[in-house]
Amino acid sequence: MSVGVDQVAEAMFQLVTETHGKKSLKAMDLTKAMIEKFGAAECDKELCKHAIRQLMDSGRCIYSYLGGSYITLPPDKA
Amino acid sequence: MSEERKKRETPLLDELESGPWPSFVKEIKKSDTPMADDLLGVLERSYEEHIGHWKHGGLVGVMGYGGGVIGRYSDVPQDFPEVAEFHTMRINQPAAWFYTSDALRKITDIWERHGSGLTNMHGSTGDIVLLGCKTEALEPTFAELTSLGFDLGGSGSDMRTPSCCIGQARCEWACYDTMGACYDFTQTYQDELHRPAFPYKYKLKFAGCPNDCVASVARSDMSFIGVWRDDIKVDAEQVKAYAASGKLDIQQDVCDRCPTRCMRWDGASLAIDNANCVKCMHCINAMPKALAPGDDRGAAILIGAKAPIVGGALLGSVLVPFIKMEPPYEEIKELLSRIWDLWAEYGKNRERVGEFIQRLGLGNFLEQIGLEPVPEMITAPRANPYVFYQDTVEEEA
Ligand code: HEM
Ligand code: HEM
Ligand code: SF4
Ligand code: SF4
Repeated sequence: MSVGVDQVAEAMFQLVTETHGKKSLKAMDLTKAMIEKFGAAECDKELCKHAIRQLMDSGRCIYSYLGGSYITLPPDKA
Repeated sequence: MSEERKKRETPLLDELESGPWPSFVKEIKKSDTPMADDLLGVLERSYEEHIGHWKHGGLVGVMGYGGGVIGRYSDVPQDFPEVAEFHTMRINQPAAWFYTSDALRKITDIWERHGSGLTNMHGSTGDIVLLGCKTEALEPTFAELTSLGFDLGGSGSDMRTPSCCIGQARCEWACYDTMGACYDFTQTYQDELHRPAFPYKYKLKFAGCPNDCVASVARSDMSFIGVWRDDIKVDAEQVKAYAASGKLDIQQDVCDRCPTRCMRWDGASLAIDNANCVKCMHCINAMPKALAPGDDRGAAILIGAKAPIVGGALLGSVLVPFIKMEPPYEEIKELLSRIWDLWAEYGKNRERVGEFIQRLGLGNFLEQIGLEPVPEMITAPRANPYVFYQDTVEEEA
C-alpha cells in the first residue's frame, strides 16, 4: 500500500472540517469514506483505525457524545 | 467550613433517610461538601417540580480517549453552581474487584482532592464510578490515576469495560479462569475500549458457571458462561448424608425441580441422565457437598442481551454451546472480530448487536459470521422462526 497513515488522517481531517456543523460522523462513516476515496486495495479498516488514533492523540479531533460517539473538531478550533 | 456554609433545605429528600434501609441521602450528606449540597439541592428541586435538571453528553473527555467520561451538565447552573458540571469518570476495575485497602485509599484520596468525593462502587458496567467531576479537573484526575496504574473504562459507542465473577479465585464451581479471560480481553481490546468505533456499546462479561454471578445473561452483548460437557460429579456418600440430614427432600427439592426432570432418586441412590441435563446448576446449588460440575470444562458463548433503552429488554441467546476457554482464546477472538466487522458496518446508530440480529434474522447473521446453526440456539421447537433448514428436506423428498 502506498497510502500512509498521515495521508488518511489528513483526508479524514478535511472531511470532518468540511462537514462540521452539517453532519455528524462516526468512526465507521470516516472509515467507509476513506476506503471509497483511496480504494480497498490502498486503504483498509486497520489503516483507518491508526489514522483516527493519530487524529485523537494529536488533539486535532476529539470525540463527542450525542446518543452515540462521534468524531468532531475541538471546540476552540471549530 | 461547614459552619460558614448555609446548607440547603431538602425536606422531601430527608424523608428518604427515615426508613430502616440504606439511604443515598444520608450517604451524600456525610460527605458534607459544597458539591454534595448542590447535588441534593438540585434533586430536591426535581422532586418539587417533577422534572430532571441534567443535560447529557457533550464534548468532555481526556485527550486521546473517546470513552470513560460521561458528560453531565446542570440546566440550572445559576442556582446550583457547584454542580454546573458534574461529569462521571469510569475507571477500569481490577478483575473480580480485588483491591488492597491501600489502593482504595489512594483512589478515594485522589477523588476527594479533584472531584465531589462521591463514588459508586461499582457501576453496571463493573467500573469504579467517580461521580461529579468539573471539566477542568478531568485531566489532573486522570493523570494521577494513571500514575497509580489505573486507566479509564468504556462509555459511548465502544467496547465497555469487561467484567467477570470471582471465578477460580474463590469459587469451586468456576469452569474456567474468568479473571484471566477478563484481563486478557481487556488488554487485547484497548483500542476498542478507548476509541469508540461501533454503532453502540458492546459489553463482555465472564461468568464461571451458569449461576452467572455477574448477570451476564441479562447485561452483556456477549457473555461467556462456564459449563461442562461430561457428567455431573456425584459423591454417593454425601448424597446419602443429605438424605439422612432430614433438611433436604431429594425427591421434592432436587429431582422435581430439575427443569428437564432428568434425575431419579430411589431413596438410596441418585441417577442423572446427563444427556438431558441443561446445566441449570439447581441440583448442584442444592447439594453442594454431593454434586459438582464435571471435569471437561469450558464455556457457552451467548449473544445479544441488553437492558431496555431503545427497544425492549433482551436476554442473551446461545451462539456457541461449548468452547474450551484457554489463552490466547484465538478462536473466540476471530469470531468476535467477524461479529464486530459485520455489526460495525451494517448496524444502525444506537442499535445493539441483539437488535441487529433480530433485524437481520439469526439465519442471515450466522451465515455472515460463518457459524452453522445448531439445536442449542433454539429454546423450543418452532420457537425460533429465523433458522430455515430448507435444502435438506427437499433433496430427500
Ligand atoms: C429519569 C432519569 C434517568 C434515567 C431513567 C437514567 C437511566 C440510566 C440507565 C438505564 C443507565 C444504564 C445504562 C447502561 O449501562 O446501559 C444509566 C447510567 C448512568 N446514569 Fe442515568 N438515568 C437517569 C438520570 C441520571 C442522572 C440525573 C444522572 C447524574 C446526574 C445519571 C448518571 C448516570 C451515570 C453516571 C450512569 C453510568 C453508571 C455506570 O457507569 O454504570 N443518570 N442511566
Ligand atoms: C421506571 C424507571 C426506571 C427503569 C425501568 C430503570 C431501569 C434500569 C436498568 C434496567 C438498569 C440497568 C442497566 C444495565 O445494567 O445495563 C438501570 C441502571 C441505572 N439506573 Fe435506572 N431505571 C429507571 C429509573 C431510573 C432513575 C429515575 C434514575 C436516576 C435518577 C436511574 C438511574 C440509574 C443508574 C445511575 C443506573 C446505573 C446503575 C449502576 O451503574 O449501578 N434509573 N436502570
Ligand atoms: S458465576 Fe459460578 S463460578 Fe462464578 S462466582 Fe458465581 S457460582 Fe462461582
Ligand atoms: S444441573 Fe439442572 S438440569 Fe442438570 S441435572 Fe441438575 S437440576 Fe437437572
